[in-house]
Amino acid sequence: MFEANTLAVIFVSLMALSILLYAILDGFDLGIGILLPLDQKDDSDTMIASIGPFWDANETWLVLAIGLLLIAFPAAHSYIFKELYLPTAVLLISLVLRGVAFDFRAKAAFSHKPTWNKVFKVGSLFAALSQGYMLGMYVMGFETTLAAYSFSLLSAFGVAAAYSYIGACWLIMKAEGDLQIQAINWAKKSGLICFLGVVAVSLVNPLINPDVYAKWFSWPNTLFILPLPLICFALFIFSYVQLKQLPKVNDKGCWRPFTAAVVIFALCFFGLAFSFFPYIVPNKLTIWQTAAAPESLSFLLWGTMIVVPVIFSYTAFSYRVFWGKVQELRYH
Amino acid sequence: MLETLMLSRIQFAANISFHILFPTITIALSWFLFYFKLRFDQTADPVWMRAYRFWVKIFALTFAIGVVTGITMSFQFGTNWPKFMETVGNIAGPLLGYEVLTAFFLEAGFLGIMLFGINRVSARVHTLSTLIVAIGTSLSAFWILALNSWMQTPQGHEMRDGVAFPVDWFAIIFNPSFPYRLMHMVIASGLTATFLVAGISAYRLLKGDDKQAPKLTLKIALTVAVLLTPLQVFVGDMHGLNTLEHQPQKIAAMEGVWHTEKGAPLLLFAIPDEKQKTNHFEVAIPNMASFILTHDLNGEIKGLNEFEGNHPPVAPVFFAFRIMVGLGMLMLVIAWFSRFELWRKNQLPSWLLRALVFMSFSGWVATLAGWYVTEIGRQPWLVTGILTIKDAATDIAPENVGLTLIMYLVLYAVLMVSYLHTVFTMAGRAVEIEEINDDEKVKPVVHFHTVVKG
Repeated sequence: MFEANTLAVIFVSLMALSILLYAILDGFDLGIGILLPLDQKDDSDTMIASIGPFWDANETWLVLAIGLLLIAFPAAHSYIFKELYLPTAVLLISLVLRGVAFDFRAKAAFSHKPTWNKVFKVGSLFAALSQGYMLGMYVMGFETTLAAYSFSLLSAFGVAAAYSYIGACWLIMKAEGDLQIQAINWAKKSGLICFLGVVAVSLVNPLINPDVYAKWFSWPNTLFILPLPLICFALFIFSYVQLKQLPKVNDKGCWRPFTAAVVIFALCFFGLAFSFFPYIVPNKLTIWQTAAAPESLSFLLWGTMIVVPVIFSYTAFSYRVFWGKVQELRYH
Repeated sequence: MLETLMLSRIQFAANISFHILFPTITIALSWFLFYFKLRFDQTADPVWMRAYRFWVKIFALTFAIGVVTGITMSFQFGTNWPKFMETVGNIAGPLLGYEVLTAFFLEAGFLGIMLFGINRVSARVHTLSTLIVAIGTSLSAFWILALNSWMQTPQGHEMRDGVAFPVDWFAIIFNPSFPYRLMHMVIASGLTATFLVAGISAYRLLKGDDKQAPKLTLKIALTVAVLLTPLQVFVGDMHGLNTLEHQPQKIAAMEGVWHTEKGAPLLLFAIPDEKQKTNHFEVAIPNMASFILTHDLNGEIKGLNEFEGNHPPVAPVFFAFRIMVGLGMLMLVIAWFSRFELWRKNQLPSWLLRALVFMSFSGWVATLAGWYVTEIGRQPWLVTGILTIKDAATDIAPENVGLTLIMYLVLYAVLMVSYLHTVFTMAGRAVEIEEINDDEKVKPVVHFHTVVKG
């Protein structure tokens, strides 16, 4: 149906889409976990209720993204995760802990609830930090230099801030009253850190990777690609102005910061993807060198073309069912 | 100091053993929940809603642990077994891909509505969501067992430069051992869930919980167990015959047959000795193994001597097989006896309830033992005839593998204690979970006048 090179491009696009959706969707629920206050019982219940129906499905995007890397680019999968062996283990254990804490906190003996809240918060934080660290190492081409480690640590906090930011914006939409005001404050602070992080990555990435530099600053590419960071920065400003005015009468515009955050995530992700394409391991392996057999990819593509639109439609349905301000999370 | 290969094997075994416990429950428990919800829609009897409400919470907890421990697996293939994907990734990849696309998303997508959406969607849509989650969990079993069976009995591919390429996807999916293994596992899941439901219901009755719901769920679970236990014996036997045809060395290890013999005895107990290639302390029924496997008292069974250097370690396969079969027989006896007592006296004596509580997680032990038989029984191959375990291993430093192994083991110990504690805590608080004053909030599909008439 498609030739091998086209299949590799199709599958890397699908994988990129899954990673982006994961970062946005699990980003906001990890962010809620990071922000979870440990001393205010009611607030923590409301915050967790705001992500309750979604988190399982959100994490499935990670399984799909990693699955696609494994299936379509097996050599890249083993290269990347052998380099990132320990941070990957930290990520997995954090995700396990926060996932089970979500259920245990509501179902275990009442006296254990504060403990599970802590586990949920710490698990969310370390999941975000390890993802940021892995992103940093990836951008630095898995170098084992002090500079690479420092950058990765910075990136770890940048991603944790970005998830807190999108989580706070989600909460502004879903919460009311004091908690909403609290969320607005969180969004302002984490948004600022996130902004600095984006600036840092945007500067470091072209400076350490000559290929990336050449890509961004070669005419006429620059003409099309440079508006990207400019729009991104404009959105940060827009979001900050919005946050200053919130909350408004009748909760007008409560959805604006979240929408801005989603677009910011998408732009940053696109910027990174553009920087590295067609490399799947920076400067070492391209998607074409690592792609699986075309007969396997075609077989999977048929199913993907049918199933992915269905996934989108029932995901949209689920979000519509739980639309609006959060209600107490009950199984009845 | 253990080397990377052994550490990787222990780590993978630990991860997959811990993971499989939870899907084994949810695959079948989701169908129980669908049945409870459907009966509620049809009858409007609140006892069905109470049964649903209690078990959906256990389901949510179990499902969550299954999801998060499953994520680990998708990373492990590449990190610890790089050659696996390089050699057979063209086959394994799409099967795993279809599992994620058709099963994971289906279950995770509708889980939110199933768990928290009962007042936000119509009764019909809610029941439908429960059904879709059940279908999703079963589809997941379909794909993963297709892959596992292909690794046991590969076909439908060709080898080019040491790499497997797909030729016939239908042959790959429906490879010789797949139908038997799928049936065996699905029924194992059914039994695990029925004994859990029966055990927890019995626990509540023992604690003096005098409600309708636990009595009802106990009765349903035992009825299903009465049907499934003999069916599992039958399917297990067919699976064994299939293994004899395609992987005779595994059968030789399971039966402890060191030398090819006619009229082989069925060993009830023995201690296999790998060095002297013989068994000690044999307790045996003469000619029985030949009869079961060849349906002929003097049928020939190939011994391990025919597979020199190409057969699995005998003792673990031999013992795991006996644990599985022994537990299966115990489950059969208890299920039939309890159901008979229940039919005769309409309640169970407390010693029998205690026995059922003790058996709550017997399905876990039997399922794991069964998996050890089939997975250790495949050694030294990772994919039969194509790739050995040794060749597939990673070159990561043993310290790193060892460190992460310890982290996982500690995590799993904590999770297991928390899970068991929480399940029994929830059983103790069941009344609180089930009895909701605004019961009328949840509407069944059935129309009011039909209820009055009925």
